[in-house]
Amino acid sequence: MSDESPRIGVFVCECGHNIAGTVDTAEVARFAAGLPDVVAVVENRYTCADPGQQEIQKAIAEHKLNRVVIASCTPKIHEPTFRHCVAEAGLNPYLMEMANVREHCSWVHMKDRAAATAKAKDLVASAVGRAARLVAQDEKTFPVTDAALVIGGGVAGIQAALELADGGHQVYLIERGPSIGGIMSALDKTFPTMDCSI
Amino acid sequence: MMDAGRHPRIELLVNSEVEDVTGFVGNYRATVRRRASYVDASECTSCGDCADVCPVVVPDEYQQGLSSRRAIHLPFPQAVPSSYYLDAASCLGFNPIACGKCLEVCDKKCIDFDVTDELLDLEVGTIVVATGMEPYDPRPYDEYGYARFDDVVTSMEFERLICAGGPSAGELVRPSDGKVPQRVGFIQCVGSRSTTRGVPYCSNICCMNTVKQTLQIAEHYPAARQTVFYIDIRAFGKGFEDLYRRSREEGVDYVRGLPGSVVRDPETGELVVQVENTLAGRREEHRLDMLVLSVGLVPRKLEGATNGRRHIDEILSLSHTSDGFVMESHPKLKPVDAPTRGVYFAGCVEAPKDVKDSVTQAGAAAVRAANVLGAGQVRIEAITALLVPDLCARCKICADVCPFNAIVQADKKAGLDPEFIEAACAGCGTCAAECPFDAIVMRHFEDAQIEAQIDAILATDPLEKIVAFACNWCSYAGGDNAGTSRLQYPPAIRLIRTMCSGRVDQRFIWHAFERGAPLVLVSGCHFADCHYIDAVTWTQRRVEKVWTKMEKLGIRPERLQLEWISAAEGQKFARVMRELDAMLRGVSAEEVAETVRILEKQKLSRPKGVAAKPEPALAAAAPA
Repeated sequence: MSDESPRIGVFVCECGHNIAGTVDTAEVARFAAGLPDVVAVVENRYTCADPGQQEIQKAIAEHKLNRVVIASCTPKIHEPTFRHCVAEAGLNPYLMEMANVREHCSWVHMKDRAAATAKAKDLVASAVGRAARLVAQDEKTFPVTDAALVIGGGVAGIQAALELADGGHQVYLIERGPSIGGIMSALDKTFPTMDCSI
Repeated sequence: MMDAGRHPRIELLVNSEVEDVTGFVGNYRATVRRRASYVDASECTSCGDCADVCPVVVPDEYQQGLSSRRAIHLPFPQAVPSSYYLDAASCLGFNPIACGKCLEVCDKKCIDFDVTDELLDLEVGTIVVATGMEPYDPRPYDEYGYARFDDVVTSMEFERLICAGGPSAGELVRPSDGKVPQRVGFIQCVGSRSTTRGVPYCSNICCMNTVKQTLQIAEHYPAARQTVFYIDIRAFGKGFEDLYRRSREEGVDYVRGLPGSVVRDPETGELVVQVENTLAGRREEHRLDMLVLSVGLVPRKLEGATNGRRHIDEILSLSHTSDGFVMESHPKLKPVDAPTRGVYFAGCVEAPKDVKDSVTQAGAAAVRAANVLGAGQVRIEAITALLVPDLCARCKICADVCPFNAIVQADKKAGLDPEFIEAACAGCGTCAAECPFDAIVMRHFEDAQIEAQIDAILATDPLEKIVAFACNWCSYAGGDNAGTSRLQYPPAIRLIRTMCSGRVDQRFIWHAFERGAPLVLVSGCHFADCHYIDAVTWTQRRVEKVWTKMEKLGIRPERLQLEWISAAEGQKFARVMRELDAMLRGVSAEEVAETVRILEKQKLSRPKGVAAKPEPALAAAAPA
């Protein structure tokens, strides 16, 4: 797929008023349509919702997209969502790129619609430029060591260790002091049950 | 506690600390130091004969120093493991050996002064951090007289005084004269909700802890009079309002207002509290026998690690929110995940919380950890470095700079290329940035991809834009934090995300200046927060090199800025953006044009029209 010339679809998310309240998303969409390699542009109220994701998958099929750019929120929230979405439509997940026009744009330039829109266009252009050069990647899997390290033997560490161990996993419970129990063990009673802490 | 001590799948390692953690999700390797305990816990029957003959008497930390213990002692009656413990710091059996009385009387012969620390190497798939917090030390609140008056105690000390296992066997006595106090006061928010002393946040548990303690007194000493001095009572949890109402019904007097001073009447020994009762609108004087300071909870100090060893937060590269507690991957959606995959939080290390919330969160952390363990295998992002053998000159730079020892050095004489160990590569991209021969491809963050972003950003109106490189974990996330906090800043900045600032090749910086960027920012994690061990130090060195070169070329080095911004520092992110915007106004069109002329004569960036190509062939050739 990487050898083919890029066919990029751009999906501009309004995120309700979160983005569209500040950024002129229609204008961003018009701008995106004029960028190199862009063959489809779709505007969505909520791109991460099922209908939004279906639009992406539909466009991938209809326009034979081999790259996807989503102008929405930070990749830290929805990169896994959209990677999964494009993968379902047969696209390598590494051929999806996000432009963060919410956390880095609409939410921080709320009083300047023109400047926010100009910046959103740049972020989309940057993502499109990058997307055109993205390469499909294969993720490797590695075996997992079936054991957990719990650091700290207070009430939280003890509880986490017990849950993990009851679930069948080996647990190493590390405590700096000579006994587990932590601060809880020095309490006489605990609220709201007013019973013994140990 | 007992269950954890005897669970067949829990290996309990007390007197132990984590010294190092390497690896990645599913495949961590932890080095744990188990300090010499001198008492064989599996043999000790807790008979106590050793403590009976021990001549060393020191304050008992479990009893908050309200009573004493011996050098060899049972930490507390219900300790797990139930074994005597020899406190080497106070024992006379070491350096020089002056005593050995306990050895002589121990029938089981389970005391041995010659054992040494043990280093354990543990392989684990996931890590739960449950290192807790510390109660606030109230001494900065000098007006409450904690350091001056014996009968002013902390809420933790009160716990020991009212406990049947405490120094007074559960009889609430005041420390000065051992008498049962008839009038007890509580001061709330000691160390909490203060912008001048202690911490600015609400410590969550202190209101209910005081309510609980008033009920304990009411139960044991119905005649005692109790007064609680507070700002407001936060009884927001299930069953909490009921407890608070019960406390009021028991006759506890709740006075809205924090005392201005506490003094001791030298005649009567009473504690005299001056307070403005803001509900009644009057100044009041309260005479009390005992005063409990309801202290807040604070994060464990980083310098709390013993013997100058690294703190666990440093070992695991955990970032902190502005309150000092560890930062979650996402405050709502991933509240028990650390940003590093496979690491989870339980309890007060994340924020102050009560026992119920700690247990709840521990369950959540355990499920998150168990999900990884149960899956049997883990998928790793394909963001790793690959070698282009044709371009490699077999120097040793890449292996030298790799923070993860993921590159085996080339051997020029033997004709061997460096070997890239994909499983060990964490994807910082420092090798790719440092390689002088362009022989390393950083997958998904290739030169061509990043340079295309720079080109797109500077294609129009470059004079109005700041090109900024931001690392995924800290500074990019700091920008996200500014966004979620709706901190407004000028719109000139254009962020380009890399996994680590170590990825930012000199060439990217020159590329931006040559394409007309007035200002360039490189931003990454604070050194202690770097998610790639010390990759960020290479960022710094590289930027310094570029500064030197800029100076030589007659380009103002100030036009390249370097900032460390953590994921929690949205405020700082916004401030830096404002500062950069001000700097931007100081860069003229002529200056930028001159820079472009200078750089076009140099060959510091890739020549125009010879864009770096992505490497599909390599990606395809990568072993699956």
